[in-house]
Amino acid sequence: MTTAAERKPSVGEFILRTRAVGPALALVVAVALFSLTTRTFLNADNLSLVVQQSLVVGTLALGQTLVILTNGIDLANASIAVLATLIMAKMALGGGSAPVALVFGIVVAVAIGAISGGVVTGLRLPPFIVTLGMFTIVTAAARIYASGQSYPVSDPLLGWLGNRQYLFGRIEVTYGMGLALAMFLVAWYALTKTAWGRHVYAVGNDPEAARLSGIHVRRTVLSVYVVAGLVYGVAAWQALGRVPNADPNAYQLGNLDSITAVVLGGTSLFGGRGSVLGTLVGALIVAVLRSGLTQAGIDSLYQDVATGILVIVAVAVDRFARGRQA
Amino acid sequence: MTETPVLAARGLVKRYGRVTAMDGADFELLPGEILAVVGDNGAGKSTLIKALSGAVIPDGGQILVDGEPVRFHGPLDARRHGIETVYQTLALADAQDIAANLFLGRERRRGGLLGRVFRLLDSRGMRAEAERVLDELGIGIRSMQQPVETLSGGQRQAVAVARAAAFGTRVVIMDEPTAALGVAESAKVLDLIRRIRDRGLPVVLISHNMPQVFDIADRIHVHRLGRRVAVASPRTHTMNEVVGLLTGALRMAEDGTVEEARPTVPAGTPE
Repeated sequence: MTTAAERKPSVGEFILRTRAVGPALALVVAVALFSLTTRTFLNADNLSLVVQQSLVVGTLALGQTLVILTNGIDLANASIAVLATLIMAKMALGGGSAPVALVFGIVVAVAIGAISGGVVTGLRLPPFIVTLGMFTIVTAAARIYASGQSYPVSDPLLGWLGNRQYLFGRIEVTYGMGLALAMFLVAWYALTKTAWGRHVYAVGNDPEAARLSGIHVRRTVLSVYVVAGLVYGVAAWQALGRVPNADPNAYQLGNLDSITAVVLGGTSLFGGRGSVLGTLVGALIVAVLRSGLTQAGIDSLYQDVATGILVIVAVAVDRFARGRQA
Repeated sequence: MTETPVLAARGLVKRYGRVTAMDGADFELLPGEILAVVGDNGAGKSTLIKALSGAVIPDGGQILVDGEPVRFHGPLDARRHGIETVYQTLALADAQDIAANLFLGRERRRGGLLGRVFRLLDSRGMRAEAERVLDELGIGIRSMQQPVETLSGGQRQAVAVARAAAFGTRVVIMDEPTAALGVAESAKVLDLIRRIRDRGLPVVLISHNMPQVFDIADRIHVHRLGRRVAVASPRTHTMNEVVGLLTGALRMAEDGTVEEARPTVPAGTPE
């Protein structure tokens, strides 16, 4: 036996460690189930639509994952994105340049993320409370800024992510899908292949141990909220690509939907365990479930019930796994 | 004394409000020795140790590394001087694997563009190094990719000790390393401590376990009421004498002999 062979973890270990495996299996099962039970689910158009429907919440969930990994939670993410869409749309409508509008919207999202992170780390307040307050403030600010109106977007740059191409002449792929995939891959790389990523996990796992190990805990947590803000800014751009209209009342449950995707993706709400690839799967599970249940003719309220049950099951599984490991 | 202490303290003082945790504490660790620090609960042992590892900043007194006065503003300062501490809580990130824990807070990056621009970690190199360190210390854990939470108490302790031994160039400080362990695992950790000493790294060992202290220590620092009251040796003193010193029943004279502190019974009364 070579040492390289000895280092290889067993299959069981691999499944335990790779938390995205369970959710991925669930996704495959759901797709298979709906493909067999409905006539309309399994076709290129519908599957493409499912992915497109998960783009905005999926991107919000990417930022949410980073925050949850530090044992935090971000209730303000969707409201930040909505405010950013309004800023982008209003600035572009007012005759401003679209690139400036886009960048400014993203900068505001980063700034709000930085404020949340600054309050969480500087005043040592619970993230739940800080982002709940931020959610209320930003939602109100967005409505004040919009003066009760929604703003159509006609600018090609702001709507760019909605552009589509056809792979093999029939699979519809939007630019937004490409961007989302790229962002998930970059986040995966940063979390697993850099020291910053290891510090994010360590801080969420045990902040005191991280501190004693020489990690700058507060700096790490602050950086996570800033990066999350950037991701929410991009989520705003994704939203305008999906629907070219900035509406202050859009994505009202986006924060909770993003948490749902994170949890279904196997990331622990207790921090320090999970992966962004799991979140990608989690976001797809939600979209597949919605689409499949719709094709099966099941009322959307029952779809909510099904999603809710899944969330509770996912958290229970995490709790059980933690209890066994500790 | 001819040898310069590796780590020393003179007259350390630390007050928390009206409580004096250190009251002119002295400390001396000699090259290549295992120095046990013993004392009753509340004697101020852990404050002393925290001051030496940079986790507590003393109000007064001096800390010397190789005879040179130093000031520690945090644990990182002490680390930069080659002083590593194994905390009682171990300070391990449970969900992360052994290699990640060994290098936590001082990860190594790949060379070249990958490391400098893309911040890519040298995961394989760190794993190999972790394996080498654990192997050298005789810790039989095979997979460096095992999460720490899957290890036994003794193995976890061994990982924390290995981390200190791998990066400590001057001193390793250990706070109650066997307190949470069973007999067999304790013995393994004690072996590990001896091996670190035999590699030339002096060890400060805080312990409550008197037989263990007598088993492993070269010298014994006795702490009482915020200061050092005696330095005993397992070769020239008995366990009862050391216990007497730390409770205050006995005291040590200038010449190192131990005598009754304050005879509470009138002289002449038979024992």
